[in-house]
Amino acid sequence: MSLIETMPRPAAAAIDHEAPPADPPSGQILRVEDLAVHFPVLSGAFIRRQVGAVKAVDGVSFSLRRGETLGLVGESGCGKSTTGLAILRMLDATRGRIFFEGEDVTHHDRSRLRGFRRNVQMVYQDPYGSLNPRMKVRDIIAEPLEVHGLAGSAAEMRERVERMLATVGLLPYMADRYPHEFSGGQRQRIGIARSLALEPRLLICDEPVSALDVSIQAQVVNLLMDLQHRLGLSYVFVAHDLAVVRHISDRIAVMYLGRIVEIAGRDDLYREPLHPYTQALLSAVPVADPVAEAERPRMVVSGEVPSAFNPPPGCRFHTRCPVAMPICREVDPPLAPLDDTRSVACHLHPAPG
Amino acid sequence: MATPLLQVRDLTTRFRTDRGVVTAVDRVSCDLAGGETLAIVGESGSGKSVTALSILRLIPNPPGEIASGEILFDGKDLLRLDDAGIRSIRGNRIAMIFQEPMSSLNPALTIGRQVAEPINQHQRVPWKQAEEMAGELLARVRIPDARRRLSQYPHQFSGGMRQRVMIAMALACKPRLIIADEPTTALDVTVQAQVLDILKELTRETGASLILITHDLGVVARYADKVAVMYAGRIVESAPSRTLYGRPAHPYTRGLMASVPRLDSDTSQRLVPIDGQPPDLSSLPEGCSFAPRCSLAFERCRRERPVLEPVGPDHLKACFVDVID
Repeated sequence: MSLIETMPRPAAAAIDHEAPPADPPSGQILRVEDLAVHFPVLSGAFIRRQVGAVKAVDGVSFSLRRGETLGLVGESGCGKSTTGLAILRMLDATRGRIFFEGEDVTHHDRSRLRGFRRNVQMVYQDPYGSLNPRMKVRDIIAEPLEVHGLAGSAAEMRERVERMLATVGLLPYMADRYPHEFSGGQRQRIGIARSLALEPRLLICDEPVSALDVSIQAQVVNLLMDLQHRLGLSYVFVAHDLAVVRHISDRIAVMYLGRIVEIAGRDDLYREPLHPYTQALLSAVPVADPVAEAERPRMVVSGEVPSAFNPPPGCRFHTRCPVAMPICREVDPPLAPLDDTRSVACHLHPAPG
Repeated sequence: MATPLLQVRDLTTRFRTDRGVVTAVDRVSCDLAGGETLAIVGESGSGKSVTALSILRLIPNPPGEIASGEILFDGKDLLRLDDAGIRSIRGNRIAMIFQEPMSSLNPALTIGRQVAEPINQHQRVPWKQAEEMAGELLARVRIPDARRRLSQYPHQFSGGMRQRVMIAMALACKPRLIIADEPTTALDVTVQAQVLDILKELTRETGASLILITHDLGVVARYADKVAVMYAGRIVESAPSRTLYGRPAHPYTRGLMASVPRLDSDTSQRLVPIDGQPPDLSSLPEGCSFAPRCSLAFERCRRERPVLEPVGPDHLKACFVDVID
């Protein structure tokens, strides 16, 4: 008997107030419904049996409007990067559905994925590991065009690569150089140029500035914001730096152990975090101002994130929560909408009515 | 005023590389009083870690070499000690905490054995008693169930717990100075707060001084009494924390503060990045290393190297520009 079958299914999170998939409300570019990504854990020397699963993402729902940036934040192991990879269909969903521009792409086969991936691209964290060191910048940027059969003539290609370089603030002569000749910030610009080559409408940015020096991060953050404005892009911005996420996002979803615990507009979330985990997370980030820092209330949670292989019963945060109640140990709180823009998964904040 | 616990004078450390000799630390001077916390801030390649390793004489030679300077600790110049002399200081009077606790712990020895080792080696306490003291130390860094965990191995500890073990080891011989090099960079933010709070509390209790090396301006603001900002191997500004954040004087410091978003900053304002790219230590300009990226640089900055000069009480900057608030 597999553990997974006996595992109670979490209540489908009901955060979406928008129309059913057949008729996407205008302006909605992405919707994720009850997404789960489980990695099987096998055991046994000769006969491999599945003994359980790491539930990296376990029932995540949200939507994204055109031109909007949704920040996905949380600490390591919360499932934010896995969510990003699943949206791109680079990982298969164990459960749930992903809609892009109203179309269910959850089970697209390879040929249909090609079209989808022209529209949805990824910006990676590591500008050192994500660019092939043996390829010239020109070929790195042109590769997606070739893969999708959009290369055109050599002259067209040349022009297009140089236009992409200009778009991200690099110069035409740089096309004939290799990645090692560039600094981290410039490499990240090359990575962004490659992601934009197919003229996608949605970018999944996975920690795009966290490998960069702090004096360079602002350059890339500004570039991403300018590109969004100029090209009408939508972003899912995955990051652990709460100040960067606050700066770039319109709305923010806070994740913990595979779940969204709170999702809200940027200003609401930072002004008045409701979930105790969001409060702890924000309180843990020091502010670069000794005067303000000495006066800020601190809320230090104990312990560390439990294993996603064996998450705690009830609310997943109850083992660290300073205000946990008896019910939190037993009943898993659903992500309940408090109003049109804000949902929280906490027994202290049940849905009104 | 009493003599500072640590006085670094004109410390210069060089490395031989494929691209010539690189000056990683260039005439760095700083003082640290007993019980004080000094943060050294800078980006990668600024020389902040090499400064720390130089203080403990942990620069591999070759390719590295401490070329000149003095490091007076309790009045003794660490650079003039013989090997036995520096070994009796390292891990004993001055302890170090590194960024990556997993690579600083021996995976094949129990935690108890590793925490007890400096007590046994430096203070000649018998193993059995040293292990008992190790249990007390683990409890002091609030590792739950400390005594039982003495017989466990590093892989059975989480990242945050391992860093607490490192703090316990650092405290084992009651050091006068602890040097922590990016101690929480590998940790999640809620765990970072736990670990730094413990470190700060224990240094306060024991009266030890702390050098905290970090790139995080928020961590500096929360935990440091004074700050030295490094750029391309040099200290470009130093001041008490409140002065540095309240009245940053060097264009690089001001640039850093304007480029990093804060939890309380105005989100309608664009970030103001520092132009250009980080410096290449193998081909630094002649004058001020920051001049190529500095919007205020003028002719003298490109020709002449500025030295640290006072701009206020305990406040030094190395810059020819008069910044007007």
